[in-house]
Amino acid sequence: MKVAISATGNDLNAFVDPRFGRCPFFILIDPENMEYEVIRNEASQSMGGAGIKAAQTVIKSGAGAVITGNMGPNAFAVLKAEGVKIYAGVSGKIKDVIQQFKEGKLKESESASVERHFGMRK
Amino acid sequence: MKEIVILSGKGGTGKTSLTSAFASLARNSVFADCDVDAPDLHLVLRPKIKKTIGFHGMKVAKINKEKCIECKRCIEVCKFGAINENLEIEKDECEGCGVCSYVCPANAIEMVDRISGFIYISETRFGPMVHAKLNPGEEASGKLVSQVKEKAREIAIDKEFLIVDGPPGIACPAIAALSGADLALMVAEPTLTGIHDLDRIIGVAEHFGIKHAVCINKSNLNLENADRIKDYCKEKDIEVVGEIPYDVNFVKAVVEGKTLLELDRTSKTSKLISKVWERLLQLIT
Amino acid sequence: MILSIASGKGGTGKTTVAVNLAISLEDVQLLDCDVEEPNANIFVKADLKRIETIYREVPDFDLEKCNLCGACADFCAYNAIAVTSKKLIFFPELCHSCGGCGLVCRENAIRWRRKEIGEIYRGCKDGIEIYQGKLKVGESIPIPVIRRMKELIDRSKNVIIDSPPGAGCPFIESVKGSDFCLLVTEPTPFGLYDLKIAVEVVRKLKVPFGVVVNKDGGGYKEVDLFCRSEGIPILLRIPHSEEIARLYSLGVPFSSQKRRWKEEFERLFESIEDLR
Repeated sequence: MKVAISATGNDLNAFVDPRFGRCPFFILIDPENMEYEVIRNEASQSMGGAGIKAAQTVIKSGAGAVITGNMGPNAFAVLKAEGVKIYAGVSGKIKDVIQQFKEGKLKESESASVERHFGMRK
Repeated sequence: MKEIVILSGKGGTGKTSLTSAFASLARNSVFADCDVDAPDLHLVLRPKIKKTIGFHGMKVAKINKEKCIECKRCIEVCKFGAINENLEIEKDECEGCGVCSYVCPANAIEMVDRISGFIYISETRFGPMVHAKLNPGEEASGKLVSQVKEKAREIAIDKEFLIVDGPPGIACPAIAALSGADLALMVAEPTLTGIHDLDRIIGVAEHFGIKHAVCINKSNLNLENADRIKDYCKEKDIEVVGEIPYDVNFVKAVVEGKTLLELDRTSKTSKLISKVWERLLQLIT
Repeated sequence: MILSIASGKGGTGKTTVAVNLAISLEDVQLLDCDVEEPNANIFVKADLKRIETIYREVPDFDLEKCNLCGACADFCAYNAIAVTSKKLIFFPELCHSCGGCGLVCRENAIRWRRKEIGEIYRGCKDGIEIYQGKLKVGESIPIPVIRRMKELIDRSKNVIIDSPPGAGCPFIESVKGSDFCLLVTEPTPFGLYDLKIAVEVVRKLKVPFGVVVNKDGGGYKEVDLFCRSEGIPILLRIPHSEEIARLYSLGVPFSSQKRRWKEEFERLFESIEDLR
């Protein structure tokens, strides 16, 4: 199963980006052999709904799991609908995070780590 | 690098004055003005612009008059009234949906980027600064705030702090400014409207799980309301890191293009602000 | 006459001017168009009743007909639709009601339904008829609410519009079509900078305008110099005063406590009528 990680840069020395929707890159990695490809996150350029679009990008990449910092309920709902596993609230260097993932140390998120926010006004 | 965001639900609470005072105290830092609707931090930090980057907001429709067959199908379908009878795009009305371009039988309408504003990377006497300016009539957006922060983060990577002057309100721009911060300082004024808006911005920080503290500004404006803010914070277990009374020197400093500390480092208010800063450093490390 | 009160920056005293003007005049309609932060009634204290609900059209997806082709999601410029291999998910708060998804759907799976986006309240107090627009939580597009508020204008009255701050679309929608616009600023470099932005927008709208300087008296002359060089009239100066600030913090319009200020606001209104 391939894993998509929201990344601050385009290699394994980059960090997990705390933002899911507006991270610059996703690193799509196969933890078995550590082979990876870099996907540019076009959604980061959206005026709104970046998380929703990013979630669809991840789905199209064929990833079975996502590792990120924060994820709102919109993106969460889209990924869940496809059955993608979500590991939110993660930080650190991607290399190390993948290691933790392989060792089963990351905890799958039951719900969105942050509230829905885009367009939120009162 | 640690990131501190200064916010207030309401405009005019003194957010920018405090941010600039911190500039005098913070060493090895980068500053970002994320109040892109009314960017004022540059008036005190007086940046020298080193690099200008165009900012693209929503796309806008463009009609190619040579291809246009004047069927006016686009006028019919546009829900925003953005195409007038002369088949010209009213740019302020266009929301960039692309429907006109889709229905045009002559392929005469293209959705093009529009420059909605500019992002500046600058140098100040306190360190690098990233700021932006929107064109008149353009909407502030989370996208622009995110881009300002992104540029600032790139520069701040080997620095000690990134200090962000946030936008007012609780909508998308404020949330984009908060996102990924290590600490948010909420500046509140003791007025009925101020308390109302503080409660909402704290709600947003809670949603995001971002550590936050409150500073009461113009605290002597209404002592009863200041007490209400303190009670509110106590109830919610939020630390009040300082109470700063109204000081005419705030205005005087801005008028001279200085921070409050540059005006007079030894004044009572300057000392109070220094204490707030020291406390923030403890909270963040 | 329709008079809009605006400012480029929040916290300059826009609502203060709107409310004090309202209580100083007779036969007033006060429209609080700051639908994200409607604060005017904190000062007017009228008993508000909801008179109207505002709706807009959003798509309704017939999931029986939908074949999950994803064309609507690809088209939507606002990312309001997501299509996965198993399901279509619609996020109505992001939808701008452009109608595009309905056009691109080849399965005819999209119909339209109404969605509540805001409410309008009305109240009367001491000769002021106040209307307050309020955007629903989770809605991000205030324009339809402001537009509807403006349809309630009774031109035979003295209409005062409290506009949203900033210089974006809500500001433009509120000020558009006014007979006059008062820009409230404060005599600081911040106030001046934001005033300049607001002036640019109001000029584009071709609405005649003047300036009110609030919290005056700090010795900063640049706002005056700017107005003079641009030929913009300064119609009122409200001094920086602890008493005024204290009354504000309590939600009390200061001219209700000070006879002289009531007259000042009456005079302000007369000078605007003269300028027109």
